[in-house]
Amino acid sequence: MRYLPKSPAERQEMLAAIGVKSVEELFSTIPEAYRLKKPLNLPGPLSEPEVIEYFRARAAENSVGYTSFLGAGVYNHLSSVITDTVLQRGEFLTSYTPYQAEISQGTLQAIFEFQTLMCQLTGQEVANASMYDGSTATTEAVLMAERLTGKRRVLVARSVHPEYREVLKTYAKNSGLKVEEIGYTAAGTVDAKELQSALRDDVCAVVAQSPNFFGAIESLPPLAEAAHASGALLVTAITEGVSLGVVRPPAEADIVAMEAQSFGLAPSYGGPFAGVIASKEKFVRQMPGRLAGQTVDMDGSRGFVLTLATREQHIRREKATSNICTNQALCALAATVHLTLLGKEGLREMAEQNLAKAQYALQELQTIPGVKRTFAGPFFNEFVVELPRSVKMVNAELLKEKIVGPFVLGSAYPELTKHALVCVTETTSRAEIERMVAAVRRALEQPL
Amino acid sequence: MTENTKKVSRHPTQSEGLIFEKSSPGKRAFDLPPLDVPVVDAAKALGEFRRSEGVEGFPEVSEIEVLRHFTRLSTWNYAIDLGMYPLGSCTMKYNPRVNEHVARLTGLATEHPYQPQELSQGCLKILQLLEKCLLEITGMDAVTLQPAAGAQGELTGILLIRAHHEKLRNPRKTVLIPDSAHGTNPATAIIAGYQVQNIKSSDEGQIDIAHLDEQVTGDVAALMLTNPSTLGIFEQRIAEIAKVLHAKGALLYMDGANMNALTGVTRPGDLGVDVMHLNLHKTFSTPHGGGGPGAGPVAIKKLLEPYLPVPVLVEKEGGRLALDYHRKESIGRVRAFGGNFGVLVRALAYILAYGPGVRQATEDAVLNANYIRKHLVGVFDLPYTRPSMHEVVFSDALQKKHGVNTVDIAKRLIDYGFHPYTTAFPLIVPGALMIEPTESESKEECDLFIDAMKSIAREAETDPELVKTAPHTTRVRRLDEVAAARKPVLRWKPGGK
Repeated sequence: MRYLPKSPAERQEMLAAIGVKSVEELFSTIPEAYRLKKPLNLPGPLSEPEVIEYFRARAAENSVGYTSFLGAGVYNHLSSVITDTVLQRGEFLTSYTPYQAEISQGTLQAIFEFQTLMCQLTGQEVANASMYDGSTATTEAVLMAERLTGKRRVLVARSVHPEYREVLKTYAKNSGLKVEEIGYTAAGTVDAKELQSALRDDVCAVVAQSPNFFGAIESLPPLAEAAHASGALLVTAITEGVSLGVVRPPAEADIVAMEAQSFGLAPSYGGPFAGVIASKEKFVRQMPGRLAGQTVDMDGSRGFVLTLATREQHIRREKATSNICTNQALCALAATVHLTLLGKEGLREMAEQNLAKAQYALQELQTIPGVKRTFAGPFFNEFVVELPRSVKMVNAELLKEKIVGPFVLGSAYPELTKHALVCVTETTSRAEIERMVAAVRRALEQPL
Repeated sequence: MTENTKKVSRHPTQSEGLIFEKSSPGKRAFDLPPLDVPVVDAAKALGEFRRSEGVEGFPEVSEIEVLRHFTRLSTWNYAIDLGMYPLGSCTMKYNPRVNEHVARLTGLATEHPYQPQELSQGCLKILQLLEKCLLEITGMDAVTLQPAAGAQGELTGILLIRAHHEKLRNPRKTVLIPDSAHGTNPATAIIAGYQVQNIKSSDEGQIDIAHLDEQVTGDVAALMLTNPSTLGIFEQRIAEIAKVLHAKGALLYMDGANMNALTGVTRPGDLGVDVMHLNLHKTFSTPHGGGGPGAGPVAIKKLLEPYLPVPVLVEKEGGRLALDYHRKESIGRVRAFGGNFGVLVRALAYILAYGPGVRQATEDAVLNANYIRKHLVGVFDLPYTRPSMHEVVFSDALQKKHGVNTVDIAKRLIDYGFHPYTTAFPLIVPGALMIEPTESESKEECDLFIDAMKSIAREAETDPELVKTAPHTTRVRRLDEVAAARKPVLRWKPGGK
């Protein structure tokens, strides 16, 4: 087998050195009755070309050649070949968690730079080395708020990503957290009145997303004010990080939970991505996950280490702030390289292009009779439109023209059955937008 | 070695600063294609929500500077690609490059989790085949590929156990965890709403069955068992342990972190395990990437199937695959979307490359560990003498006499060109040296490692100071962790410091 660096003779030599006759003897502590008598029934072995061929064949059964208008938490953005070139450096790809700081300075400094970039983006003071994804980061942010306030009720806006809310409920169920949902207004943003009446002094966190699941930008200062007035913290989730190139950062939030997928990470059918938790310095000791910090070595040179580990499970065991062990280091590195390449101007331009393309798509869609924008107010690269027919039906027509239509809101929001969440990024050309709009027009003109 | 222990000479890569320190307004590293729709005035479109100045402090550098910066940083890392990584419990094996290639294919990396399922049959077939392979390897009945990492797999597993007990109208209160377990086990049990009761390992590093029988009361929901244990020892009476638990309605959770010792040789499902997680970034070769991403599938017995997290992969008539989101008794969702698909692709590529021959990898991993053990026993103290599987745990008892501890030896190992082994774990071995070579090391590399360890043991006697101040050949020397934690500097700020 090509991955195994031993000849049969070397194996025999090693067995002899150990003092056993056969490799079977090395497994003698496994009771005979439980040792497998025949080989596993697995496909393979495959040579390298065969492995590639298998996956190419599967790839061909997917959506190659289609144009997509899906966002809803996973976004298509441009990225540079430089990012993947760096990622494929074996020294990053095949290294372990940087516990041995002296020979992990590359990873540690990159994490330190990642933490800095995340702080700059979110307007927060500290950020961790990354979480699994945006959904678990949001949940961990709520658990962090619970530890900080000692309170147990959570008010989460219905305009937060439905799957993020589901994850929160899964974790909350056995942690004694009570999760309640707050509706949205005709503008598609958090219903402040409903929030106000639900807020009492037993709430640990108010959770809002911005841009929210409908693409609408939330006004965070009044939400923070309301939360703080009752002793709760404001947790802000961000699924589309590119928005921060042109949208005010959530500086008023006490904890920001962000998905970093938009920063150079491929959609990859849902993962791996990277979650971020950013917050205030005074809350850092209740943060979950790894943190890289700057220090000096025995000679006084600048270096970096994983720090504040007394929060973590490998030290604190059942008293840890979270059970999380791994972060998403390589994904965080991708985000770091990607954002460094974009830089201040590149990120702003990318964000402005998203804004322009989405505005254009909305404008074009509104020229179709019966298509109405659902929520007024500012948005970034996603918006909701109401169609005169079921979105599923329209999407089925689009599919025939090799277009993956917008996200169908009806399944997560029963009150929005005829509503579609359209996403347009800088990767969508004007011609593709126009082709989609023409296809929607045709679909709606067809006799029922 | 003493004549070679000077710091390596200065090289341009040795003084690379932070990227922010290279920034200068007007430099750029990425150009977007020109906008092909009318420009929108951001101030008008966003009003008060507009960020007018761009992100303050964001770097402004050129493409060559970015590439050089990160390439230089990469040279400061140790990596499997450079040499042996004998970290016990971490299974740092070769990460085949073809796996990277296939995970990046157009049609796989490009797929959106919400695209129609008829356009995702390729992705779903990959998931189905991986599920089948993992079930064959573990001997379990069903599996979820959703958990993002081992610790999340643990949580998913314990939530499944909880759902099972709740169905029987008593969720129970306690999870039993041996004192040798990974820290994630107790941390997980707490999040799932259980109390943790530690159980002491016997002198032989095994579970004391008679004692266990007393500890398993009607309040015990499950035992979380790592097998082989973190001592690298197979839990010989695991089938009996399962019976003790089952007799009282409790379930057996197996932490599959050490599955690299068992694959193709024995199957947890046959041993009475009810639920287990696998770390695909250990046994199944997906790269650690400096600390993630991982994936932590959870395999279960039939009785837990109704509670699997959504979505669940199902096969419809005609062989069409679909994701089922509507399952009444499900524990819910443990993360957004379907799982770390890109990691799952790599794991399947690994399994396909080996096929049934994966047993040879297990055999070589165990062979390497025992070979190293044979040569180092006596040079280092071996507190638990039962046969080793894929890893061996020594202690620093012999070197302690000279004031040298496990961390010192580990740091000195760096000067010999190796990554350290795992230090000070498991907790039941004071001053542990936990060594897991994996199957990816040749006899020659094992011999070099053995020589290095013997040489350090000699140095501990003859020149303990040299060991205690190691490493001597790295770009930075031992770092002040206390200062880092006392006054945390967690980000760069303009003007340094």
